[in-house]
Amino acid sequence: MTANRRSFIRRGTAASAALLVIFLAAWEWGPSLLGIPSFIVPPASMVYAEFVRMLTANHLLFHTSVTAAEVLIGFALGSLLGAVFGYLLGMSPTAEFALSPYILALQIAPKVAFAPLFILWMGFTIYPKILVAILIVFFPVMVNVLTAIRGIDPDLINLARSFTASRAQIFWKIEFPSSMPPMFASLRIAATLAVVGVVVGELVGGNSGLGYLLTFGEGQANTPMVFVCILMLTLIGGIAYLGVIITEHRVLHYMPARPLGGL
Amino acid sequence: MIRLEYRDVAMHFADATGGSVTAIEGVSFAVGDGEVVALIGPSGCGKSTLLNIGSGLYAPSSGTAFVDNEPVRGPNAHVAFMLQKDLLLPWRTIVENVMLGVEIQRRSREECLRRALELLRGFSLSDFANHYPHQLSGGMRQRVALARTLAVDPSVLLLDEPFSAVDAQTRIVLQRELAQALKRTRKTALLITHDLQEAVILSDRVLIMSRRPGRIVEEIAIEIGGRDDPFLRRQDAKVSGYISRLMDKLEIGQAADLSSLPST
Repeated sequence: MTANRRSFIRRGTAASAALLVIFLAAWEWGPSLLGIPSFIVPPASMVYAEFVRMLTANHLLFHTSVTAAEVLIGFALGSLLGAVFGYLLGMSPTAEFALSPYILALQIAPKVAFAPLFILWMGFTIYPKILVAILIVFFPVMVNVLTAIRGIDPDLINLARSFTASRAQIFWKIEFPSSMPPMFASLRIAATLAVVGVVVGELVGGNSGLGYLLTFGEGQANTPMVFVCILMLTLIGGIAYLGVIITEHRVLHYMPARPLGGL
Repeated sequence: MIRLEYRDVAMHFADATGGSVTAIEGVSFAVGDGEVVALIGPSGCGKSTLLNIGSGLYAPSSGTAFVDNEPVRGPNAHVAFMLQKDLLLPWRTIVENVMLGVEIQRRSREECLRRALELLRGFSLSDFANHYPHQLSGGMRQRVALARTLAVDPSVLLLDEPFSAVDAQTRIVLQRELAQALKRTRKTALLITHDLQEAVILSDRVLIMSRRPGRIVEEIAIEIGGRDDPFLRRQDAKVSGYISRLMDKLEIGQAADLSSLPST
């Protein structure tokens, strides 16, 4: 790494940290200065106090881990299904042609609108939430994998064929690795979408998870509680996103170095 | 001994309007063991089609291609091809790229690795064995592609404009490396090129194809010694004579003359 780049990173980090301090200060003292009541925008210290209270009084960590588990399972299964369908459709133009109107229809339908339906089907369990997440994660992954498979240079496939490659060898040696960069691009999107799917599911019905705590806080007009839930959800999404990025850097280590700013 | 032979090969494609286009027709020629034959012709005359038939990627509409006296019925280990694109896989290191073909053919790994490293040494690329393709220059990448082609130890190499994407100076160097590698390994090769000089200095024989439907219209034996040293061959007095003969056959000069005539 060049000295130039090091100083770039140092300056960037310093600016980010300064912004965080300014933001927290504005949050703490801004509302009262502007005459905004604390039940509209509670100051940072009040939200922190509520966070500490909720740890014991509301089993915050239990609800957070329920949501996190649903996100993780929904993300993993949705991505897996999306990738498998992407590969299958990518390899069979006929299947893609036949299925594309239905896939498009399902893609256009707002996935979160399915949440009440799934709750009717499966009750107040974790399954409807996972199912919404799967549905919402499925499409970006499938579309990216499909596009990646379609975009492979036919000469590359011919090269493998000329070396007498079998269909399986073409898949594992050419198609699968070729699809990795677009697949990771879609997993980044999927990681954040999974949180959306799960929260909507929890908002609609159930008695666990951060989405449930959100509606609980809303019902009690407990604004700090709502803030705490939003922050925890952001944290879950952030960790999921970071997990994807770290895996991506490991798997795509052969790619030319990219600036970390592209997170 | 004949390594590669085309017997009365024709290829028809369906065009956009549903009609049929004849890419090549009645193509017959043979390439002997260790011989290097260059194939030139106007663009779209079906040179690459011929190469795809030879490598077994496409089946001809009629006629047959033979490699090592066996009819080509599909991709086989006797033939390997190399294109103008290097087609290196970005997720494989250089040595892993060289081993792609042998790996697909499931040959013993130690043997392949030894051979791949030896080939890389031959192309002065030993230091780059564990680099990734994006870290290499275009000329180096093309050399890796050549090493990958040679790694499967084919009887026949099919080269489709292998150097047309690299700059002129790199091309001169690569031409010599190819010539020496072919000599060293005593491989048979069919070289498609647009570069008339390249055709003359690299080959034993030049075949000229006509406009579509492509046929072989002329065959010129290159009687200059030292096929393994294109540097030296390039300076031979006979080269320009061969090139003007090729231009003549390809009707390159005439088309230009016609268009520059004043209208009466």
